[in-house]
Amino acid sequence: MYLAIVLLPLLGAILGAVIALAGARARFPGAEPSDDHHAPHADHGAHAAQAHADGGQDDHHGPVEPAAAGSRATEIITTSLLMIACVLAWIAFWKVGFGHQDERVRLFTWMISADLKVDWALRIDTLTAVMLVVVTTVSALVHLYSIGYMAEDPYRPRFFAYLSLFTFAMLALVTADNLAQMFFGWEGVGLASYLLIGFWYHKPEANAAAIKAFVVNRVGDFGFALGIFGVFMMTSSIDFDTIFAAAPSLTGKTIDFFGWRADALTLICLLLFMGAMGKSAQFLLHTWLPDAMEGPTPVSALIHAATMVTAGVFMVARLSPLFELAPNAAAFVTLIGATTAFFAATVGLVQNDIKRIVAYSTCSQLGYMFVAMGVGAYSVGMFHLFTHAFFKALLFLGSGSVIMAMHHEQDIRNMGGLRKKIPFTYWCMVIGTLALTGFPLTAGYFSKDAIIEAAYSGRNPFAIYAFVMTVIAAFMTAFYSWRLIYKTFHGAPHDQRHYDAAHESPLVILIPLGVLAVGSLGAGFAFKEFFAGHEVEHFFRESLKQGHIIDEMHHVPFIVAWLPTVMLALGWGLAAYMYLLHPEIAPRLARQHDALYRFLLNKWYVDELYNLIFVRPALWFGRVFWKGGDGYIIDGFGPDGVSARVLDITRNIVRLQTGYLYHYAFAMLIGAAALITWFMFSGAGVH
Amino acid sequence: MANWPVLSVTTFLPLVGVLFLAMLRQDEAGARNARWVALWSTLVTFGVSLNLVWRFDPSSPEFQFVEKQPWLAGFGTYHMGVDGISLPLVILTTAIMPICIAASWRAIKLRVREYMIAFLVLETLMIGTFSALDLVLFYLFFEGGLIPMFLIIGVWGGPRRVYASFKFFLYTLAGSVLMLLAIMAMYWQSGTTDITVLLRHAFPRDMQPWLWFAFFASFAVKMPMWPVHTWLPDAHVEAPTAGSVVLAAILLKMGGYGFLRFSLPMFPVASHDFAPLVFALSVIAIIYTSLVALVQQDMKKLIAYSSVAHMGFVTMGIFAATAQGVAGGIFQMVSHGVVSAALFLCVGVVYDRMHSREISTYGGLVNRMPVYAAVFLLFTMANVGLPGTSGFVGEFMTLLGTFKVNITVATLATLGVILSACYALWLYRKVVLGKLEKPALAHITDMGWREIAIFTPLIVLTLWLGFYPKPVLDMSASSVTALLDNYQRALAPKSAALVK
Repeated sequence: MYLAIVLLPLLGAILGAVIALAGARARFPGAEPSDDHHAPHADHGAHAAQAHADGGQDDHHGPVEPAAAGSRATEIITTSLLMIACVLAWIAFWKVGFGHQDERVRLFTWMISADLKVDWALRIDTLTAVMLVVVTTVSALVHLYSIGYMAEDPYRPRFFAYLSLFTFAMLALVTADNLAQMFFGWEGVGLASYLLIGFWYHKPEANAAAIKAFVVNRVGDFGFALGIFGVFMMTSSIDFDTIFAAAPSLTGKTIDFFGWRADALTLICLLLFMGAMGKSAQFLLHTWLPDAMEGPTPVSALIHAATMVTAGVFMVARLSPLFELAPNAAAFVTLIGATTAFFAATVGLVQNDIKRIVAYSTCSQLGYMFVAMGVGAYSVGMFHLFTHAFFKALLFLGSGSVIMAMHHEQDIRNMGGLRKKIPFTYWCMVIGTLALTGFPLTAGYFSKDAIIEAAYSGRNPFAIYAFVMTVIAAFMTAFYSWRLIYKTFHGAPHDQRHYDAAHESPLVILIPLGVLAVGSLGAGFAFKEFFAGHEVEHFFRESLKQGHIIDEMHHVPFIVAWLPTVMLALGWGLAAYMYLLHPEIAPRLARQHDALYRFLLNKWYVDELYNLIFVRPALWFGRVFWKGGDGYIIDGFGPDGVSARVLDITRNIVRLQTGYLYHYAFAMLIGAAALITWFMFSGAGVH
Repeated sequence: MANWPVLSVTTFLPLVGVLFLAMLRQDEAGARNARWVALWSTLVTFGVSLNLVWRFDPSSPEFQFVEKQPWLAGFGTYHMGVDGISLPLVILTTAIMPICIAASWRAIKLRVREYMIAFLVLETLMIGTFSALDLVLFYLFFEGGLIPMFLIIGVWGGPRRVYASFKFFLYTLAGSVLMLLAIMAMYWQSGTTDITVLLRHAFPRDMQPWLWFAFFASFAVKMPMWPVHTWLPDAHVEAPTAGSVVLAAILLKMGGYGFLRFSLPMFPVASHDFAPLVFALSVIAIIYTSLVALVQQDMKKLIAYSSVAHMGFVTMGIFAATAQGVAGGIFQMVSHGVVSAALFLCVGVVYDRMHSREISTYGGLVNRMPVYAAVFLLFTMANVGLPGTSGFVGEFMTLLGTFKVNITVATLATLGVILSACYALWLYRKVVLGKLEKPALAHITDMGWREIAIFTPLIVLTLWLGFYPKPVLDMSASSVTALLDNYQRALAPKSAALVK
């Protein structure tokens, strides 16, 4: 059964890919290059015409090409396979979480060399089961939603194949039994993310964003890989069971890393966390996430909100036995998480693209999760991951519905008043926002407040910093989320033409919204005891480390427990005041604090900074090494110089133009001569 | 039947094909026949070589299929055999050659017969290089391989073929002269040219550095290692597609093979002492050439520079002298043989259509060539070492093996993983993605069935070795273990001496 959960999406992906390729092949049958390639065959005329049609098509406003053959078949195949996987995942969740039947399914050997033994194997415990449920549920809903959202796209088989491929890779990641397999899933989701962000390959921004996502993730993976090497060096294994068993004996050992005598576990955890920072878009490695919004909206919901970006959180939870032993690394996790929560919220305040606002919100919420991980409240972080998947997917899919209604308009300044036109979407967005901002009894209320309480009761040096930052971020979250709602759905329409044409989305889109809305309302209340209450130990058992922090959390002062809700009220109130009652305040504020506004609008100028210190120097070095190093120095003094001399000599002395074989013989002769000479001299010398 | 000399048959079967080719006429029909004869020769050779796989005993570190005959009136011995280090490379050679022939099917129109002869001779010499167990024999095969390759570039190459072939020749020659000297010195010191004997022979400590350097010079050029790599981009650019394929897939592997067969086991002390040098050159190769690859405008040059970077992982892994490093190095050679071959073939596909290798000629090919786009994507990902492709296993194991020995080197080398993503994805984006805007490309056709047939085995191999590399790892495991045991034993007295 577990194997089926993982492999069904892969089957869908393969079938989808076959259909997509077969369809594409039917449209562009291959042919060997003709000898005379300038004279096109008769049927090429049609292709040429199509090429011009493509050229004029610079966004995805409508189909120019007919839908690929097999579009509907692919949709049905991939979606139903995902639905089956989803049902199986819930059964697994039940069996593992409540029936306590952990399992390990060994498939076959992957890499083997001396003490290195890596298997393909599935590890099913509660932590995995939670992720299975999150991934398959959101993925199934997103598949369904995409049938509606992508209805006009000519390349649907490819899209659905990519979606299923992503799901497979993500499932491989969460079921991994060793670090290498996790790395497989890790890079696999990176590939799928790259493909999906760049799905509309005719858009230059989409291609750039796709590469950026892949490369920035690779920077994180660089750390992840080194972390794996470090683990292997210290424990001679990369198997979770083995390394967890060996971890306690590593305390106090050191590794010499670039002259720094680092504590082995701290170093390993920091390196591994670097991977998590990349995947989960944490501060410093976050730059790819907002750009990733170039991809189709269902992708943003699935990959860049609910599942892939939480892989980093999952990783820290999975490796909690290591992080538990490396308090300094855990403190760093808290620091980065808190900083991200704050940073992304500040940027979210001023963005105008509906998807980017939600993207920065995702970034910020991931920061919350890492705060929980850092202070040792692993189950609480997983709780937020779980609830966040529902309401953030809801917000993204809701935004998609808005974007569709507005004919691919994404700027909230051009929206307004949509409440009456798309009421179902409106209410779903409101539910999502309530859950995100932590309105009492919604999903976010339980998980987010638990994180803030955990930060308050945390013991590491950055816990108080994290507490302050998350509380401030809670205020800003409420503000920007309600700003989004008010600017989009309330007030007067800013673009009358689009407004008049706005229409509610079809049922395949509304159903997923409805399901997620129910989850956003109920997931927190239903599961709070298992993730952040008294059932935690029973529920997660050995799959997570559990400290005393869960108990301490329940004894925080009254004021701390209510602080997030107060922040919600303040933020909501301010947003209502500024955008509902006095819309003229916001532009005036922006003008008055121009520098600050620009600083936030340009995302703290991190992109520009990276461009300056990484991208441009890399290209500069590349050119210098190529022209200067290879061309001038190595070739100049090496072969070009030598060959010039050799040619001179041969021309002058031999005056034979026999070609190159001759030179070869000539050089052999030199070799033989030198050899004999050497024999004569050194032979005498040694004896 | 069990006693037929399967290794010699594999080695010299291509020459039988040459005999047939020599009898063909030089006209249109002759050219067509030449293609078929060459294809069948390489296919049969491949089929025969599979015998080696089936009958090979992976649990033994000894040389197998050994054949030994006196030769050249006692001066040399015809001594052949394979072990777990050479067998993967032999199979790689026989597997890649039919692909090379098929890839030249239409691209080569002039002197087809001679072209095919050059390839078949080259195949014999390459297999011979990997299976020779006598120094003189090895040298003949090793150096002999230069000539057909030199001709392939020089006769069927691009506009600057003369410069490229000359550069190729000069570099390789410089190395081989030194190696010849070393071979003579080894004979003089040990009294034999038998590699199996030499592997157990302990060369004097003061002699090892010189011998090591002489061999290193030759193998470093072949590899190629920085800074003697500059012949490679030019050779690749000017060579016909199949020439690039064979160069990248097999000829470069001779360097790595040489390190494993000679440098490490015969001169262990020197190998140990000079490992930091090799590490430094490898790391420079990985970072330097990756940066250079970033700014290339020629597709083949970009892939050539990426080859140098990938070979850096091999040298690093080999001289780390850990089980994972060496096994990973061997695996990386096999994997790179498949992946780089496929990448050069990808360039060949569009070159055959547009007669240009400039990246700027292309753009938006996915709009016309969907199958090509998918294939190119797969190999781009294999090139950046995505897990699930063969490229990952080699890089991962070499880095893992090196990390244990030298953290700094492994860390710097891992930076190459980031850079490879940059240049490979950039290339893919510029060539394949985007809108189809260039009028010249409007009529470009997707891959034909012949081309798809060429890529199919490479696709299967890349994924198979990515998910299930065990067969290759098993094949080399015991030889690697034996190699490292001997290596450690040879070093042991030295460290004991250091303690005193």
